Amino acid sequence: MIKVFIFSLLLAASSMPAYASTLVYCSEGSPETFNPQLATSGTTFDASSRQIYNRLVEFKIGTTDLEPSLAENWSISDDGLVYTFKLRQGIKFHKTKYFSPGRDFNADDVLFSFNRQRDKSHPYFKVSGGVYKYYEDMAMSSLIKEIKKLDDYTVQFVLARPESPFLANMAMDFASIMSKEYADRMMSAGTPEKLDLQPIGTGPFMFTRYQKDAFIRYQAHPQYWRGKEKVDKLVFAITVDPSVRYARLRAGECHVMAFPLPADIPAMKKNTAINVDEQPGLNIGYWAFNVNKKPFDDVRVRRALNHAINRQAILDGVFLGTGKLAKNPIPPSIWSYDETTVDYKYNPDKARALLNEAGLGDGFDTDIWAMPVQRPYNPNARKMAEMIQQDLKNIGVRAKVVSYEWGTYLSKSRAGEHQTILLGWTGDNGDPDNFFSPLLSCASAKSGNNRALWCNGEFDQLITLARSESDQTKRSKLYKKAQAIFKQEAPWLTIAHSVRYQPRRSNVKGMKIDPFGGVYFSGVSIE
Amino acid sequence: MITHDENLMTPWQQNWQVLHSNVGAMLGLSVLLILVICAVFAPVIAPHDPAMQYSDALLVPPIWMEGGTMRFFLGTDDIGRDLASRLIYGARFSMSIGLIIVIIAMITGVLLGAMAGMRRGFVEASIMRLMDIILALPSLLLAIVIVAILGASLINAAIAVAIVLLPHFVRITRASVVAESSRDYVLAAQLDGARGPRLFAITLLPNIAAPLIVQSTLAFSSAILDIAALGFLGLGAQPPTPEWGTLLSSSREFIERAPWTVTLPGVAILITVMASNLLGDGLRDALDPRLKR
Amino acid sequence: MLLYLLRRLLLLIPTFLGVVALTFFLIRLAPGDPILVLAGERGVSPERYAELQAQFGFDQPLFMQFLHYLGQILSGDLGVSVVSRIPVLEEFMSLFPATLELSLVAITFAILIGIPAGVLAAVKRNTVLDYSVMGASLVGFSMPIFWWALLLILFFSINLGWTPVAGRLGFLFDVEPVTGFMLIDTLLADDFGAFLDALHHLILPSLVLATIPLAVIARMTRSAMLEVLRENYIVAARAKGLSPFTVIFKHALRNALIPVVTVIGLQVSILMTGAILTETIFSWPGIGKWMLESIYRRDYPVVQGGVLLIATIVIFVNAMVDLLYAVINPRIRKAG
Repeated sequence: MIKVFIFSLLLAASSMPAYASTLVYCSEGSPETFNPQLATSGTTFDASSRQIYNRLVEFKIGTTDLEPSLAENWSISDDGLVYTFKLRQGIKFHKTKYFSPGRDFNADDVLFSFNRQRDKSHPYFKVSGGVYKYYEDMAMSSLIKEIKKLDDYTVQFVLARPESPFLANMAMDFASIMSKEYADRMMSAGTPEKLDLQPIGTGPFMFTRYQKDAFIRYQAHPQYWRGKEKVDKLVFAITVDPSVRYARLRAGECHVMAFPLPADIPAMKKNTAINVDEQPGLNIGYWAFNVNKKPFDDVRVRRALNHAINRQAILDGVFLGTGKLAKNPIPPSIWSYDETTVDYKYNPDKARALLNEAGLGDGFDTDIWAMPVQRPYNPNARKMAEMIQQDLKNIGVRAKVVSYEWGTYLSKSRAGEHQTILLGWTGDNGDPDNFFSPLLSCASAKSGNNRALWCNGEFDQLITLARSESDQTKRSKLYKKAQAIFKQEAPWLTIAHSVRYQPRRSNVKGMKIDPFGGVYFSGVSIE
Repeated sequence: MITHDENLMTPWQQNWQVLHSNVGAMLGLSVLLILVICAVFAPVIAPHDPAMQYSDALLVPPIWMEGGTMRFFLGTDDIGRDLASRLIYGARFSMSIGLIIVIIAMITGVLLGAMAGMRRGFVEASIMRLMDIILALPSLLLAIVIVAILGASLINAAIAVAIVLLPHFVRITRASVVAESSRDYVLAAQLDGARGPRLFAITLLPNIAAPLIVQSTLAFSSAILDIAALGFLGLGAQPPTPEWGTLLSSSREFIERAPWTVTLPGVAILITVMASNLLGDGLRDALDPRLKR
Repeated sequence: MLLYLLRRLLLLIPTFLGVVALTFFLIRLAPGDPILVLAGERGVSPERYAELQAQFGFDQPLFMQFLHYLGQILSGDLGVSVVSRIPVLEEFMSLFPATLELSLVAITFAILIGIPAGVLAAVKRNTVLDYSVMGASLVGFSMPIFWWALLLILFFSINLGWTPVAGRLGFLFDVEPVTGFMLIDTLLADDFGAFLDALHHLILPSLVLATIPLAVIARMTRSAMLEVLRENYIVAARAKGLSPFTVIFKHALRNALIPVVTVIGLQVSILMTGAILTETIFSWPGIGKWMLESIYRRDYPVVQGGVLLIATIVIFVNAMVDLLYAVINPRIRKAG
């Protein structure tokens, strides 16, 4: 009897790891919050929605295909206005030091998560600022007419108009589902903001601790409905400097890193301890002109600047071969991309002539806002801005490079404080509308994501029509027309589409590259 | 025939004598003079235009490393700009801004210190308390906060650093004024009818010149270091201005691939500050009456 | 003596009030609407705007606002961070131990190496040893710290791999923060591996931070020693036939240390300045890095509160050092 006892003890002891299996990810910045509804930056989504929460439908990791998640299945009415979701049963919320769930996930949680964003009188609406940017940018408030709970596991969305991308929108980060029980408890405790600072979700990882600008710690959700993750602990090591991230990856201090510098990639590929996964990104890097500020209200000036910049030099000097020249606001891999678009050629003489025509022969002064952080669509905005500055000097335009901390940069530019700005976008759902609407529509010119503040009636009409049309061929034609207008009016200089690189230690298995630019650690293991 | 008999030399000639014999100080002085020449004659001395981007010569190493060429003898940065030219032009920014800061701090400091020393009472108390407040904050922190409010630029950084260096000049001036005020020659001048600013300018100023000069070199060193730190943090001179600290911040990511872009600007700063400190030490030895035994 | 102490302490009050006034005006000097500035980038609803306006009393006369602010400060309310929504004082208390730990280790290095170096240089005056110590010291305080840090990282972390690149502790170690001092907390958690790792992470940043204080202390010790060694009582001691060792340590050093102590105390301000740069480069989660990042982010409540707290600490330490100096300096002691 004792022998069996000792034997089983030894067996148990030998199979116990010395340390719980921990995966360390060197991330590029601190999240703004842990509630994806309040944010628009990928950094925040990586830290919150992609590890902690689930949505009704989700993209299969590594692809742009939708798959059921919290919703087992769904049906769409013939007129495209009613979406009915059947919810999965037996899904457990996180149990942490600060919250113990009393019930499983059900329709109440879905209603809460959406009503918080759409109902101004909802008790949670004002909490943590009351600004739900993605919800507004996607025009959800005008789109969703009603949300009905048919029973504990059935939810119905009634739309005001047919909208083809709606299902894909339900897979986006802002559509993450939160715990109503937790929300109610925090509200009665008088600390509703905790919902957004100490999150509770149904996702693969549970929030443990966050030290601002230092690290975020997660633990695997033991009752995750897809099965407990192989990795026990997850750590986001917040490392703002990309060379430090690389140094840490090399030293084995982290297993996966964000946003490598293009110039470091050849060395990484040579390193046998590191694997570099790559995939063309669903993104666009652009230089936008604030058409509300002179002289950018004159289309000749915008066209002049389109001719004035040597983009090939930028591709060589900044992207170092990791980028492709962009001529349209959507990347080539998205359907309806217009191959036939004629791009503006680099021609400083033509640029000067156009400026002369516009009465600006002596040039003018402007600013160029440049991001302080690396993004998938722009590895080094400051360098790019300096090169643009030099090209502008050649045609008599004097530009000042301006930069702010990332969060400040986003909010100030959202308010339209800039004259010109370098920014970009990564697609969220593979639908062309996901580029056109948030970036170039009249609605987004008001809400701020349209950094050119460009509102063109014809263009707006085309994309609105395309959004409600369900026939893809018809939609494609409409988007092609829209691209033609875009090119003519030139509210941007389209710069590049870039390749997405994800370096990881070679003993990390199961890591996929998300075409939308996110990092998901579900399904990842360390050997 | 002129003999350098000690008893026949003026005090200033005596000081120069002592300074001259101090090897370190002479070294410092010569280096500073070379830097001033670089700064003034930058357009002539620099081999290239510091803003010129040679797209065929990205990250070229300096001449003593493999792959280096005489064309860019200190190498180039990642968008093909000649480092030697950028460093030489950087000398222009650093030296001039350092000088401007010291002058502003000195003039303002001396004025405030004189007022404090001569007026006494409430004026003195408030000025000294203000200086205490400035000193209560770590210098870089204060400078950063000022720049954050005024906006990031070389001029604002200069203002911030001048404010930070102010208290030292004020204190020295006030202490000297207070110490000298009771001396006979001052009383004599006052009996003669000299008052306020005139009194200060004619009698006191020449006698407190010595500690002020020493403090200036120290202030110059601090100014260079602080401006470089602000440039490094992105709060001072903005790219593409080739201020040494700003150069360091944009080349930081190349520390492995192109270490010369990081080491060389730092060496420039180090040499300048060392030279200034050596000169300051030498001046202190020469001008400090206590050591004249 | 007591009168001196009392006078010195009373002088603190107007200085402190001055610093409070400074931070008070900080927000109002910042560009933009101060309420929006305080609310931050997420923007505010009109109701929240009105709330904040009432809370800060912007409609009241300036003097009333100042008094209100002073009252808040004295009751411990230093505002809430716009970015993390955590009270400023709380954030400060959670990050301060990291800076304190780093600074204490740095000043220990500086004293342990600086004083003996200074003594040696003074005793062996005008020899190669003296010149090397003085030369090294000169390089030390002429060096831009951020550059020095980068060089050391390049050499020791990247090229040799002897030290970690950044941070306070390897991420695989999860240590519960009890005191905030990593060296103590790892021992409290019974994790010796983590303790060693924490030491490992401390080496480079504390060396960098120690550089300037070390240089200054070495110089100061040398010149103080030189002064003392010239004094009559030293000559007398030598004449008495006491061994050089006794002369140096029992008599000279004790008196030479008096001005050195003040210099050490004054290093607090320098350490804070150095901490901002060192912590940023080594990603050390202390108040230096916190201040810098808050300034970048326009997190004005943090800037305001942080500046106030740091200034208060510096003023306090300087006052303590002054008092200590008065206590150990026999001249002032007798005069008091």
